[in-house]
Amino acid sequence: MADSVFPNSSSGDTAHTELWQPNRAASKISQRIVATICGAFALVSVATTIGIVCTLIFEALEFFQEVSIWRYLTETQWTPLFVNPQFGVIVLICGTFLTSLIGLIVAIPLGLLAAVCLSEYAPRGLRAWLKPALEVLAGIPTVVFGYFALLFLTPILKTFIPSLGAFNALSAGIVLGFAILPTIASLSEDAIFAVPHSLRQGTYALGATKREAITGVVLPAALSGIVASIVLGVSRAVGETMIVTLAAGSRPTLTLDPRSSVQTMTSFMVQVAKGDAPYGSTEYLTLFAVGMTLFIITLVLNIFSFWFVRKYQEKYE
Amino acid sequence: MTTQQVSESILPKGDNTNFEPALHKRYKIDKIFKTICWIATFSGLVVLVFLIGDILVDGIGALDWNFIVSPPSRKPEDAGIWPPLVASVYLIAITALVVIPIGVGAGIYLQEFGGNNFFTKAIEVNISNLAAVPSIIYGLLGLFIFARVLSPLTGGRSIISAGLTLALLILPVIIVATRESLKAVPDSIRMAGMALGSTRWQTVRAHVLPQAIPGIMTGTILALSRAIGETAPLIAVGAVAYVPFAPDFSFEGLSSKFSALPIQIFNWVGRPQEEFHTLAAGASIILLGLLLTMNATAISIRNRFQKSQ
Repeated sequence: MADSVFPNSSSGDTAHTELWQPNRAASKISQRIVATICGAFALVSVATTIGIVCTLIFEALEFFQEVSIWRYLTETQWTPLFVNPQFGVIVLICGTFLTSLIGLIVAIPLGLLAAVCLSEYAPRGLRAWLKPALEVLAGIPTVVFGYFALLFLTPILKTFIPSLGAFNALSAGIVLGFAILPTIASLSEDAIFAVPHSLRQGTYALGATKREAITGVVLPAALSGIVASIVLGVSRAVGETMIVTLAAGSRPTLTLDPRSSVQTMTSFMVQVAKGDAPYGSTEYLTLFAVGMTLFIITLVLNIFSFWFVRKYQEKYE
Repeated sequence: MTTQQVSESILPKGDNTNFEPALHKRYKIDKIFKTICWIATFSGLVVLVFLIGDILVDGIGALDWNFIVSPPSRKPEDAGIWPPLVASVYLIAITALVVIPIGVGAGIYLQEFGGNNFFTKAIEVNISNLAAVPSIIYGLLGLFIFARVLSPLTGGRSIISAGLTLALLILPVIIVATRESLKAVPDSIRMAGMALGSTRWQTVRAHVLPQAIPGIMTGTILALSRAIGETAPLIAVGAVAYVPFAPDFSFEGLSSKFSALPIQIFNWVGRPQEEFHTLAAGASIILLGLLLTMNATAISIRNRFQKSQ
């Protein structure tokens, strides 16, 4: 681009440049060097993705040479650290499913309603305070959320549900829900806020009340953005680690009972990594097999989100 | 959205020839809906208040000077957070040193040099993909690449490995923040720079980048404050539960075994004795204090910048 602006920069016209003779060649070389370096930096993010995929495939393949993929997918117990190990990953997936489901039951309705409130009902001045406050909630380290779930929420829930264990999926799931609520609220709010005003006014002109305009027209118009925010929330819930490790315990059980302790994929990974597994041992390799499973799940969610947004995105003038 | 769908969704069901607006009833539903929306918004804030309140009530008793400058200990009354706190500071320093040049450089390339080609688009898709990858997966990447393959350079499961892992974790955030800030600089400035005969890079360095720096700083500090509270990737890379001395600021110190503030909290919460829970709450207060300071700095930079515009 810069070249086309100065077609004569390197030749002729020396009469005018006796006093001012910029070193154009040097400027161009430095421009090229900087652009190359910056381009290489941009490649680091691609290299990260490639690194993640290669790491997982490389180490997981080694795992599947020891344990057949069939055993991994069909066994119904997860006891990789025992003498007679069983590798039924379905147990961990079930734990992740349970805590994520509870979290999403909390986060989706609350997040969406909060988004509607921030975009449609809250006065501008108040909105300027509420949004950063929710961002603070999003910035709380998850290990602190885990403390809160284990030592604050669980004892309180126990007074209502006496059969609740000290570690349980319920309180981990609820706190997990509040941890991902800001993600869903903030991104949905962006989508809802972007719906053009003319749509709302048209609906009012047809005689709708405000609530009817929101649920009947504005939310459907913002659907693609809302679904994208929910899918991101789901991947956060599935990949969340510290809350479930601290509050849901580490007993791998194939159950959907929210009162019992479960182990998720992530909390299993923490359990192994904490134990300082030596490189190349079966425990160490399990880490990558489970990581691979987790990565595939979030990847599928992400691809679904891309497809959905592309298919249903509304374009406005 | 067609008109028919609209009318189906908002008009009362039934015989449309005899139209009953039933406004009274509909306004009532409106009011209930609005109330629920407000309750939902404040539920998040109520949880935030309870969380901070709970941490303060539990942990304020543990806080004193000794708590900050002592190493962790088996005896709760002697225990402190000095080594993990120092390690956390070093971690963030390494992360910042690595991620700021790379992230800002990548952002400059994508926004100023890259144009609208396949390469740029591929990187964009890649960055939004990375945002959904769980942080513990980055930990596995760090464990394999930095702690194992590159162990001669990083010292294995060390502060350097962990810092590099956190850098990769927040890299997408920094790239996006840089691009957004550069996008906000008006094009007329670029035109003016080039009209005066400077190259694209000279224009960016002397005119565009200085205007974008406050936005980049805000985004960077917020991303670093996220990194300082991350626990899962550090555990995956191989943080240990107990380190008796604060690491030196030297290659030996930075390539040795490490703990970090969130790891220490995790370790204390996991113990059965209540005294350690108090310590965990105390350490959480320090961690939240660090985070809030960083956030407040970021927000004040943003506000000052917005005023001067």
